[in-house]
Amino acid sequence: MDIKVLGTGCANCRSTIALIDQVAMAKGVTVKLEKVEELRDIMGYGVMSTPGVVINGKVVHAGGIPSREKIEQWLAAA
Amino acid sequence: MRWHARQPIAFLILAAVVWFALYQTLDPAAEALVASLPVDRASHLGGALQFFFYDTPKVLMLLTGVVFVMGMINSYFTPERTRAMLAGRTEGVANVMAASLGIVTPFCSCSAVPLFIGFVQAGVPLGVTFSFLISAPMVNEVALTLLFGMFGWKVALLYLGLGLSVAIVAGWVIGRLKMEAYLEDWVRDMPRMAAQFEEAGMTLADRIQGGFTSVREIVGKVWPYILVGIAVGAGIHSYVPEDYMASFMGREAWWSVPLAVVIGVPLYSNAAGVIPIVQALLAKGAALGTVLAFMMSVIALSLPEMIILRKVLKVRLIATFVSVVAAGILLVGYVFNAVL
Repeated sequence: MDIKVLGTGCANCRSTIALIDQVAMAKGVTVKLEKVEELRDIMGYGVMSTPGVVINGKVVHAGGIPSREKIEQWLAAA
Repeated sequence: MRWHARQPIAFLILAAVVWFALYQTLDPAAEALVASLPVDRASHLGGALQFFFYDTPKVLMLLTGVVFVMGMINSYFTPERTRAMLAGRTEGVANVMAASLGIVTPFCSCSAVPLFIGFVQAGVPLGVTFSFLISAPMVNEVALTLLFGMFGWKVALLYLGLGLSVAIVAGWVIGRLKMEAYLEDWVRDMPRMAAQFEEAGMTLADRIQGGFTSVREIVGKVWPYILVGIAVGAGIHSYVPEDYMASFMGREAWWSVPLAVVIGVPLYSNAAGVIPIVQALLAKGAALGTVLAFMMSVIALSLPEMIILRKVLKVRLIATFVSVVAAGILLVGYVFNAVL
């Protein structure tokens, strides 16, 4: 599962990555977690609020830290 | 599934009732608390403690309630929907809409740039985008609630009205200046985007969840500042004699407003952090207009945001933005001082 977190580096973006990592480990799901910080690349996904989460190329979340339940749902769908 | 998700309407009604009931008990509870302490209620310390014990839960409750409701409202006004409402509209009306939408659309300053670019791509006029960008951080529910809880509804209403005015007029003026050329080239080269978007279905339970998240994030972050702000207010209200303040509240030097605005530019704080300073300044006898101008300047013109915006705007446009907004805030300060 290819997960990208879009964000220019504010605290919320870092928390999001940490949370996804945590949940993935708890659920025993292997994920390829990547941080996208370049504005041009972020805009390529068409998100208007960061942090954004992209899974296997599709934007699943934009704005604010995603809830644990949401992350679990994404990982379960893999 | 938690019960508030299964019975969202019941939850909302119950929450409202409990909130109001609790709110009524605050004053008597504060008095009872002070009475139980070995302090003379009529003394300065007694007065300060009563103020602190009453105001702290009062402001925190107000803030929690307002942030929760706004969190729910925010779920209706996503940036995508706001953009769709603004794209292609004539300026003037669009500036008013943009400034108003800035209040209810969730906004975090790290999203300023993606949002800005997203608006530009969908054809939202530059001036309109600026109206939104000025109003969103400045006229937010935290600032309004704290002003209301600590200084009364008139101050809060004036801040709202004048904040919107600055956003509308400054955005409109920047639009008139036709400075699209001063966007960074790569921004102008970004592909056009459709403003239409697909509404992701959201249940009332989802929106309630959004309210909870908002409270956790916002109140969870600002409550220390509020405690400090109220402690400062408590000390001042009880220990500083009335005539001391009155002797300073006289005519203000004409340069105090510009000075306040200029000092505010390099300073950056969220709405809650600046409130203790606002309290202290007011107690020192600074005129309300000057203090509110300072508050707006600190929140709306932040150096970190300018640095971030440098990625998408050329220096000329940033300078214009800062000047126009500063001028607007200056005007607000003078008008306020003259009117009150």
